[in-house]
Amino acid sequence: MASFYTLDFEKPATEVERRLAEARRRLADAEANRLRPPPSAPSPFPALDEAEAPVDTPDPGLLRTEIDELAAERRRLLEAAYTNLSPWNTVRVARHPERPHSREYIDAFCRDFCELHGDRRYGDDPAIITGFGRIGPHKCLIVGHQKGRNTQEKLACHFGCAHPEGYRKALAKMKLAEKYGVPVVTLVDTPGAYPGLGAEERGQAEAIAVNLREMSRLRVPIVSIVIGEGGSGGALGIAVADRVAMLQHAWYSVISPEGCAAILWKQANESTNRAAADALRLTAADNLRLGIIDDIIDEPLGGAHRDKTGAAQRVERWIVDQLQDLKTMDADTIVRKRYDRFRKIGAFREAEGV
Amino acid sequence: MTRTQSRSWTDVRPARRAEIPEGLWLRCPECAQMIYRRQMEANLHVCPECGHHYRISAEERVRQLADPGSFTRMFDTIEPTDPLKFRDLKPYPDRLRAEQLKTGQRDAVLAGELFIKGRQSVVCCLDLTFMMGSMGSVVGETITRTIEHATDRRLPLVIVSCSGGARMQESGLSLMQMAKTSAALARYDDHGGLFISVLTDPTTGGVTASFAMLGDVILAEPAALIGFAGPRVIQQTIRQELPPGFQRSEFLLAKGLVDRVVARAQLRNELARLIDYAGF
Ligand SMILES: [Zn+2]
Repeated sequence: MASFYTLDFEKPATEVERRLAEARRRLADAEANRLRPPPSAPSPFPALDEAEAPVDTPDPGLLRTEIDELAAERRRLLEAAYTNLSPWNTVRVARHPERPHSREYIDAFCRDFCELHGDRRYGDDPAIITGFGRIGPHKCLIVGHQKGRNTQEKLACHFGCAHPEGYRKALAKMKLAEKYGVPVVTLVDTPGAYPGLGAEERGQAEAIAVNLREMSRLRVPIVSIVIGEGGSGGALGIAVADRVAMLQHAWYSVISPEGCAAILWKQANESTNRAAADALRLTAADNLRLGIIDDIIDEPLGGAHRDKTGAAQRVERWIVDQLQDLKTMDADTIVRKRYDRFRKIGAFREAEGV
Repeated sequence: MTRTQSRSWTDVRPARRAEIPEGLWLRCPECAQMIYRRQMEANLHVCPECGHHYRISAEERVRQLADPGSFTRMFDTIEPTDPLKFRDLKPYPDRLRAEQLKTGQRDAVLAGELFIKGRQSVVCCLDLTFMMGSMGSVVGETITRTIEHATDRRLPLVIVSCSGGARMQESGLSLMQMAKTSAALARYDDHGGLFISVLTDPTTGGVTASFAMLGDVILAEPAALIGFAGPRVIQQTIRQELPPGFQRSEFLLAKGLVDRVVARAQLRNELARLIDYAGF
């Protein structure tokens, strides 16, 4: 449960988590000792009575009290650390190496995920996973950015930065879903589309642009969740949806705080990154307020990286609810409402005519 | 949307050639020749010695494209606000005001109807002189209204792009303009529209990754920088020299990403010809 990667602001909590894990281990040891039936006790499940405890093992009753106290302390510390998380710390949580990725959500949702590979033009970009799967009662086409877990995967996925072939694969499979009336679910988790020679040569901008256009008129329901990082056009390239949600500690913005700091503050360092993260209004709450997303999915206490199963259950519940609702609409209505959803986004004034 | 009256900046008439140093003569950055400014300007802001295409404002672009007197401005009452209360080294409202004073424009876009060699069309030009032609809510809304107008009126649509990309100061709202403009183009496409996208130096970021690359026909001015990521970002990522001509119009032509590279002097002809071929 406790991860070894620790963010400074959650250090007190992770220290308690370490002690909690240790106490639980000692309790397990103590109970294992007691379960070895002493010759005088015929029952394999002796009452956990203090008086009966062997003298050389810790007292389980006391251990349980300690565990309860530590658990309460952990809860208190995590609540303190994660209430009003600053935007920059939100970005750091969204990038936590233990945070669940698309692959883990897909594994949690589906028992028989049928991955589909390749864009039929250039290659198969592992930075975007696509395939059919059942989420609750709904057959879906799932599209998700993938960052990779180990070093080898991370390099293959370019840390979640997709190439044009990734975006083209996503669109090809979404068109397949459209053909069979299967709704689309996308999981967004990318620092941005890959900035490199090959990506440019093969039309990174065109690939993203075409996705925006084609997703806007895809005749099946589309729901998107920003599960971690929602970096710019690379995120939007699979997120033109009827309903868009963000996990509580995800971020979504036109540019990363570092990129913004480097341009507007002329340098990216801890303090300018923090300032840029504040300025960009990249948190889930800000995006909801600006009308960019429709919902926030709360994370388990202390972030999705502390309880992957809990996080996946919450995301799954949201997806199932949205699809239930969207399935009652005909394709024309869905496409029209999707158009209106994006059409109204923006902030401007109408001045007096010249 | 609230109706407000804030036109004080329109009283100030700006100097117009922001990117070209003042003076009768100037040194061409491409061929290093001293050229007579008036001659360069009369030559559509193209170097008479080497053909270098200087960056031009949206107003100058419209002047070059439109049959004389045929341009009617549209959607020019939309003004930017500061929805995020964005503040970097300078507050966004201060930046906006400075740019408005400098350019005499409300934002980085100019739209309207015009005739190109007698063919009625709808046009939208981005303006580099205003915050690097970046796309925030006003640019996105203006482009979307222009596309919707072309859809309703069944007219050909020409968008001339030059932009540093989506405007950081409106963050997520700028990002969403990419989806909004692209969705409007989907409808225009459904209605059989002809969208000619003209890419000029430079066109990068969120503008390239939305409407600019969605032309039914894509034309590019010679040697324009066109890409998704900027060259500096790419260089930092791959840590090696970029090949010569990388992300220039001719490179994109060779990679199959644009239809034609068209010199400024030929642009009107080419647009008219394409409009004819499409049967408008
Ligand atoms: Zn020259």
